[in-house]
Amino acid sequence: MLALQVLIDGFAISALYGLGAVGFTLMFGVSGVLNLAHGGTMLVAAVVAWLAADTVGALGGAAAGLAAGMATAFATYFLVVRPIQRSRSIPREETEIFVLTGTLLWGIMIQEAVAYFTTTSPHTVRPLIAGVTEIAGVRTPTNEILTAVLCWATIGALWLLVNKTKAGKALLAASINPRGLTLLGYELSNIHLLVWAIYGVLAGVAGVLLGAFLGVSSDNAGTLTASAFSIVVLGGLGSVSGSLVAAYCVGYLETITSYLISPAYRNIPSLILLVAVVYLRPQGLLGRR
Amino acid sequence: MSVMRLLPALAVLALPVAAAAADPIKIGIIAENSAISGIAIPNGAQIAADEINAKGGIDGRKIELVAYDDHNSAADAVRAIQRLATQDKVNAVIASYTSEVALALEPWAGRLKMPTITPGAASDDISKRIHADYDHLKYFFHGYLASSFLASATCDAAKDLLVDSKYHMKSAVIMSEDAAWTTPLDAGFIECLPKVGLKVLDHIRMSPDTTDFTPIYNGIEGKKPDVIITGISHVGVQPTVQWANQQVPIPQFGISSQATSSTFWKDTNGATEGIVLQLVAVDSVPSTPKTVPFAQAYIKKYGITPAYSGYGAYDEVYYIADAIHRAGSTDPDKMVDALEKTDWQGTVGQIRFFGKDNPSTHAMEYGKDAVSGLFVQWQDGKQVPIWPASVAGSNTLKFPGFVKLTN
Repeated sequence: MLALQVLIDGFAISALYGLGAVGFTLMFGVSGVLNLAHGGTMLVAAVVAWLAADTVGALGGAAAGLAAGMATAFATYFLVVRPIQRSRSIPREETEIFVLTGTLLWGIMIQEAVAYFTTTSPHTVRPLIAGVTEIAGVRTPTNEILTAVLCWATIGALWLLVNKTKAGKALLAASINPRGLTLLGYELSNIHLLVWAIYGVLAGVAGVLLGAFLGVSSDNAGTLTASAFSIVVLGGLGSVSGSLVAAYCVGYLETITSYLISPAYRNIPSLILLVAVVYLRPQGLLGRR
Repeated sequence: MSVMRLLPALAVLALPVAAAAADPIKIGIIAENSAISGIAIPNGAQIAADEINAKGGIDGRKIELVAYDDHNSAADAVRAIQRLATQDKVNAVIASYTSEVALALEPWAGRLKMPTITPGAASDDISKRIHADYDHLKYFFHGYLASSFLASATCDAAKDLLVDSKYHMKSAVIMSEDAAWTTPLDAGFIECLPKVGLKVLDHIRMSPDTTDFTPIYNGIEGKKPDVIITGISHVGVQPTVQWANQQVPIPQFGISSQATSSTFWKDTNGATEGIVLQLVAVDSVPSTPKTVPFAQAYIKKYGITPAYSGYGAYDEVYYIADAIHRAGSTDPDKMVDALEKTDWQGTVGQIRFFGKDNPSTHAMEYGKDAVSGLFVQWQDGKQVPIWPASVAGSNTLKFPGFVKLTN
């Protein structure tokens, strides 16, 4: 019974972690940007979904949240990342560090803005489906099942896009050899635009689902970025499948810890795992080097 | 020249008026503006100041508020009280709903000789420290019920509503957040719950940054208690929403500070339906003749009901002004003497403080003829008073369908 409970709860939370981290790692893999405003993007999606659900219902709220996630992603790109990348006064070799700092500050601005307009207390997005379902005697909120399904559907759609479409293959190529791609006549800036759009969808969906499953507050923005970052480092920077494996490692470790030891120590074992992996296998679980 | 000679005489004549214009009573406010329980402090205080000023002030002196946001950080709060004392030169300070912050301010109130009152922190240590070091810390007053009183109130209400009622409950699990204010609260619960007939099966202290409460609720359900007794303030929305979403079949009863404001219904999308909580005052119950008019004024101005700390801050502006009036001075020591003699009918009850010889020095008195508070239950978007019987009328407990009650 307890084992089944851990299995179910761990699956849903891991799927959510995975979805949150996939966009983050894809962005790094394709365009070399570590977006430290990641938590802020998810936060905006969740808060907008919460606000909009009041007037347009749960489904409309979710759509509004998704749109807000995309808008935030594009704002990050056009207001923060692209100006830094194009700036002539920033030396080439320092661009990455400037992007890192720029997105970090942008993330803090987003967080403070959300706190200013909607207070620091957590908000929960109205679940798309209310009620509970019994799975072999374990009472599971139906919304939790839906969360896991939607996470995997989104990840599946991403897989199809990357592996089966021309634009997706170009994306993949950009992550392996951007120079070769430009030689083939592809415009890299279009690829970057595409990856930010995909990132916006992924972070938006993750934000709305997180908001409905656990709830988010502006204080969570930093933690969300940190948790996506550590999952991505654990799985191997830039590796999408590595991030998914790492998300499940972290999700299940946390769930097992909270059930068997105490919810207060929830994230300690996964942090120890992260330290061990960084020490013994710095490229991450599935990273290439 | 004659005009110049007349000036001193005119000045003497105009003195009371000039003093009123030039010498307002300045009160500093320190609170976390982005939290529900925090923003209610400057908001509540502003209404009191506006009311007093509209009537011409106290002894002709207007009330002027100087407010700073402490972001719920003790360091920011200490900087704020230093600035209030040295630069803004305020006469008194109303500060914070967080015990950790209030405890950090306490020695600074002493060093700066700044009469300071907290409208929302609950830790018993606040008054214990004053008792232990009266000469230095006497400038601090605890303007909200101490945690041990909150525990007593919860046990008294639980006895009437849960044990000696049709529910005949026998056991409880305590679920509280790990913070300074819950240490004495939990100790109080552990002592008084068995006395009213509720056996404590487990005691869970969770980290205030918990986001997933599923394991906690599953653990509690495994112990099969009749009720969950809560002590939560910095968390609120998430445990409440997850309780409803997961359909945890056990009722929640106790302290839930965020649920004291009417915004909680929207913040939880109505998941708070059925939650029972303690309040010092509620907009629908005339605890004193002042309660409802204040709550109405607050709703009119800010669109929501005041969180618990808003009532305290409103009363505090009044009795600080009253103390200055009675002391006839803003000298801090004379103000402390006057504040100790406070016997003020506020929005939450008759406000008095325990004296120097009581182990809870400067704690607000709890009791039927002092401040006793009440219990409400969220029903259909409203906080419905259900305890004590004198305010409940015909209201009874109503729990959502997923709560399974043994009766």
